Amino acid sequence: MIDGILNFLDPYWWLIIGVVKAVIIAVALLSMVPFLVWLERRLMGRFQVRLGPNRVGPFGLGQPFADTIKLLFKENIVQSSADKFLFYLAPAIVVFAAIVTFAAIPFGEPFEVGGEMVGLWGANLNIGILFVFAISSMGIYGIVIAGFSSNNKYSLMGGLRSSAQMISYELTLGLTALSVVIMSGSLNLYDIVKDQSDWPNAIPLFPAFVLFFIAGVAETNRAPFDLPEAEQELVAGFFTEYSGMKFAMFFMGEYVNMITMSALVTILFLGGWHSYIGLDIPILVFAFKVFLLLCVFIWLRSTFPRIRYDRLMVFGWKFLLPLSLVNMLVCSAYKVLWAA
Amino acid sequence: MIKAVFLGAYNLLVGLGVTFKNMLSKPVTICYPEQKRVMPERFRGRHFLTRDEDGLERCIGCSLCSINCPVNCIHVVSAENDPNNPVSKGERYAEVYEINLLRCIYCGYCEEACPVDAVILREHYELADYDRNTYIATKEDLLVYPEPNQFTVNFLGNTKIVNK
Repeated sequence: MIDGILNFLDPYWWLIIGVVKAVIIAVALLSMVPFLVWLERRLMGRFQVRLGPNRVGPFGLGQPFADTIKLLFKENIVQSSADKFLFYLAPAIVVFAAIVTFAAIPFGEPFEVGGEMVGLWGANLNIGILFVFAISSMGIYGIVIAGFSSNNKYSLMGGLRSSAQMISYELTLGLTALSVVIMSGSLNLYDIVKDQSDWPNAIPLFPAFVLFFIAGVAETNRAPFDLPEAEQELVAGFFTEYSGMKFAMFFMGEYVNMITMSALVTILFLGGWHSYIGLDIPILVFAFKVFLLLCVFIWLRSTFPRIRYDRLMVFGWKFLLPLSLVNMLVCSAYKVLWAA
Repeated sequence: MIKAVFLGAYNLLVGLGVTFKNMLSKPVTICYPEQKRVMPERFRGRHFLTRDEDGLERCIGCSLCSINCPVNCIHVVSAENDPNNPVSKGERYAEVYEINLLRCIYCGYCEEACPVDAVILREHYELADYDRNTYIATKEDLLVYPEPNQFTVNFLGNTKIVNK
């Protein structure tokens, strides 16, 4: 009977490998979140000349687990005026979009296992970068629906701000990524990384790198662009009415988005898993670059105050967008006139 | 405009530099239960009643501390000293001396008012407890500090421990 099953499965090995990879990526990503929360709290503490959580376990490493357990056992509150279905749907969309985005992100060269080539990615799409942008901007549906279904003015304001901000900064994000696509001539993230084997894109495309990173911070709703959850004005923004694990799912979505954005910056601008100085262990190099970018995210958060809403819009539309357009035009001109 | 942009970016980088320097500096946190703060000499914490060099109570039961107390948290009942077996060096001594530490605002006026430097406030600040009744400090609670009870008084009227 086992032979029969094996015979049946033989043509579907790619499917099994895909499922295994998907599970590994999803689990790894979600188990990164507590560590990242810990890292953020510790680093924020150090940036503010204090220690950060250090009571639970060595160096406070148990703190995220204690927090998770606390959140799991919290009461599940849905206020009576909320739209129940959408209220439950919103956090699911956020986490779903955040995890699915990571599917298209490659983090190493493929290697061979038992005659099958196994790539270190969920899916090697030939339109990888478009897929990433499409799915990651789907996450804002979750935020808008959360704000809308809560039936709370603060939540609604948070959701509206979030959608406006995402739309404004997505343009910059797309246009700067486009300059990378123009230079490498491929939409495939794996090919974009392979194109950077000599030097990372951040050197020739430094303005694009800076613009992309700024827009990326805004896109992940991180400080100083955390307008949707501006606690001074909007209580907690779009997740004001959420508690317990549903709240934790928004949290998880934000942190997974942070990892995805760091991975994307690494792939597009920092040369992915290419280490340009010694130590050539692709996956470690990739992880190190992502880690550094995450630290920069936290560094930005602990340094800058939140910018005002109208300034945010002015900054997005009048400053970043024209700059990224000019940047893209310069890149295209270079590609057409010199490189070709 | 370009100048403004570069100036703004420069200022942002300065800000990032400040936080980066902060990260490398030593944290100011004191890990409290393990590591206790050394309080300054004039810190006004818990009250104590002192004894003089001969081991007699300094308090002469004059109630000036009680009168001076802005929140009326000190209760003094004085009694005549037995000349053969004196409790204090004065004519009278405090038979009952109670301080309600919950009501006390730790202003130190009692310490200032005391003519014989009997009641003092020292650096003990860990005063939390679960029971309200323990906050009524009686004479037994107050007469515990420190052995040997040797104090000098400086020109500001602050007490200071000698030979400790």
